[in-house]
Amino acid sequence: MFHSYKMVTGAVAALLVAAGLSTGALGQSLELKIMAPAAPGGGWDQTARAMQAALTESGAVKSAQVVNVPGAGGTVGLAQFVNAKGDGSQLMVNGFVMVGAILTNKAPVTLAQTTPIARLTAENQAIVVPANSPIKNAKDLAEALKADPAKVTWAGGSAGGTDHIMVGLFAKAVGVDPTKINYVPFSGGGEALAAILGGKVTAGVSGYGEFEGQIKAGKLRLIGIAAEKPVPGLDAPTLKDQGIDLAIVNWRSVVAPPGLDEAQTKTLLAAIDKMVKSKQWQETLKAKNWDDAYLSGEAFATFLQNEQVRVAEVLQSIGLVK
Amino acid sequence: MLDSVFALAQGFSVALEPTKLLFALIGVFLGTAVGVLPGIGPALTVALLLPVTFKLDPTGSLIMFAGIYYGGMYGGSTTSILINTPGESASMITALEGNKMAKAGRGGPALATSAVGSFVAGLIATIGLALFAPWLVEIAIQFGPADYFALMIVAFVTVSATFGDSPLRGLTSLFIGLMLGLVGIDALSGQARLTFGVPELLDGVEVTTLAVGLFAVGEALFVASRMKHAPETIEPVRGSLWMTREDWKRSWKPWLRGTALGFPIGSLPAGGAEIPTFLSYTIEKRLTKHPEEFGKGAIEGVAGPEAANNASAAGTLMPLLTLGLPTSATAAILLAGFQQYGLNPGPLLFAERPDLVWGLIASLFIANAMLVILNLPLIGLWVRLLAIPQPWLYAGILVFAAMGTIAANPSPVELVMLAVFGLLGFVMRRYDYPIAPMVVGLILGPMAETQLRRALQISLGDPMALIESPLAATLLAIAALALVAPLLFRGLSRFKADED
Repeated sequence: MFHSYKMVTGAVAALLVAAGLSTGALGQSLELKIMAPAAPGGGWDQTARAMQAALTESGAVKSAQVVNVPGAGGTVGLAQFVNAKGDGSQLMVNGFVMVGAILTNKAPVTLAQTTPIARLTAENQAIVVPANSPIKNAKDLAEALKADPAKVTWAGGSAGGTDHIMVGLFAKAVGVDPTKINYVPFSGGGEALAAILGGKVTAGVSGYGEFEGQIKAGKLRLIGIAAEKPVPGLDAPTLKDQGIDLAIVNWRSVVAPPGLDEAQTKTLLAAIDKMVKSKQWQETLKAKNWDDAYLSGEAFATFLQNEQVRVAEVLQSIGLVK
Repeated sequence: MLDSVFALAQGFSVALEPTKLLFALIGVFLGTAVGVLPGIGPALTVALLLPVTFKLDPTGSLIMFAGIYYGGMYGGSTTSILINTPGESASMITALEGNKMAKAGRGGPALATSAVGSFVAGLIATIGLALFAPWLVEIAIQFGPADYFALMIVAFVTVSATFGDSPLRGLTSLFIGLMLGLVGIDALSGQARLTFGVPELLDGVEVTTLAVGLFAVGEALFVASRMKHAPETIEPVRGSLWMTREDWKRSWKPWLRGTALGFPIGSLPAGGAEIPTFLSYTIEKRLTKHPEEFGKGAIEGVAGPEAANNASAAGTLMPLLTLGLPTSATAAILLAGFQQYGLNPGPLLFAERPDLVWGLIASLFIANAMLVILNLPLIGLWVRLLAIPQPWLYAGILVFAAMGTIAANPSPVELVMLAVFGLLGFVMRRYDYPIAPMVVGLILGPMAETQLRRALQISLGDPMALIESPLAATLLAIAALALVAPLLFRGLSRFKADED
């Protein structure tokens, strides 16, 4: 029953479009399909579902549906997504991790094949050590790394991901050969955090949010966050303030299929713009501790290109991509 | 501790409101309904149904969530037992004996011991969670890679319990599984192995696809191949639908032993739900007074692993609630559910939002109880499934197997894998190779490899690190003993036989 209703409304919507209604009204009748190229529960999935709620509740679109296509840092989903050429009713969530995964997995498709829509959120990356560690600040950590890079073990997410790239950049920034770092990848935040808390590794790298509870409870010591400048309302020193030239954020964004015409792109941009400014979205950001990193259209396209170049350089310098 | 009891009572007073009970009922019903799809375990069930709960207030949502969770777990075991199709890796072991029981008309008692065992295990483990969480979790995080590796070795040694009659065939099956475990991105170096340029293979072989392919599709093909000349007879019901006195007597100890394995291992950040089910099966096979029934439908082989599975599920909540560590797929989704309401599980959650934590724990109790109440009367209906004429039943299983696989992973490559594993399962059945060791290999292989290499990477390649931790050394000693002891005993008994 539900299905037939949807099909009827879908058909009606299609007729309306065919009848050539203005693009302004099109936004409200948009039936969006958002792909989360990851398994349910992760960051991309959560972003997609938060978008789904905010888009429909704010009336930016008529309906939104989330589809999960997990696999290989999102590249499996990306490969499917680029096939939807010219379809203005689809979006895909992606982010920093996908940029790296495309290179390390030698994916046959790239983000250049998509239509960039907007960067939505960002998460500060942090370095922590166990509370009883002799390392007190970024300088101590840098000294230890310079003394013997192999002896400093780092726990973080999967190989070639944001955390790994950040450790490579840290080594580079303090003048240590990035190929010498002893990075131990863990899958999922849970295991890595357990290894840091248990003192099995020297330091840990992840999004600040994953460590926040432990830092407040005094079980982990925050060495610094990799933000460009101090974050208001966050009692956290930046690495830059401690003399280490390293800034990196784990951003998430949304892209559309290739081959959209101008009107289609405009409709999607307008819908996302309405969503970002809605109360629901702002509340979600607050609840999930995501920073608003809204950047849309051309500006986002440029940003995306720069990140691709930067990530490629780092991955080469840590030897993950030849 | 008294505070805990008081807080729990408070939690119950919230969770027992009539509207909340209704949410629990709906949750249990939905969870069971979706969970019976092969290949769809509790994690996916919860993920699929989580949006349903978003509109509710946090407490109502958590209660419904607990219902969906337990319903999904129960649904997975039901298909394992009735149609030999595990919904997830942790209920694979249940299929070994459970399905044999079902085919012999004992599906009712198998489902009952699974439901009651899950209830008992869930109850004990949830009490353990409520009372000891902050204390146990301190021990759990002391587990390092070397200790995990030693635990995996113990699991490997005990795998032989699933081998059936021939060790050579069992080992062959295990090694195929280990080889499949190599497929995908190597977790430590980030390099692809054995993927042949297929992006879908980069994440490795999905355990549920292998299990559903080998178990369900393989069996359907096998049954079809014998339809003409030697049809297998399935007896839907023989004897009582409910557990007999004898069944109770044979079930209660495995329930408790399963719980004792499942809860602590489940609460380890990298423990998982599979290893306790393997260990439980092995122990029950060794301890049983009816060894001749193992492999033909021994109720102990259902009771123990099912209890272990459920206890480990409660165990995974421990690192989640106390440390904010999601250690299983389901826990990761639960974490997402928490964050939906602006809550961050972690060391401060117990202090900041006791009402929610205890509300959740209370609702786990209630969901658990509701599941037993709802499902025991349904067992009669479930076993009727087996009365469906075989061609229809197996056609239905094939459809559901394909649907479940596609729902979990919408990709044609996944379907092709399902078909290939189905053929493999058919050939293995035809030539009498056990299929369980292959799935075990796929699960344990990558886990053991990752932990071993991680341990060596942290110790800068010094192998002594593997036995330096007292825990790892003890576990390895247990493994060595378990490996050597049967040989010794066998030698002794042969010696004795010679004397006679």
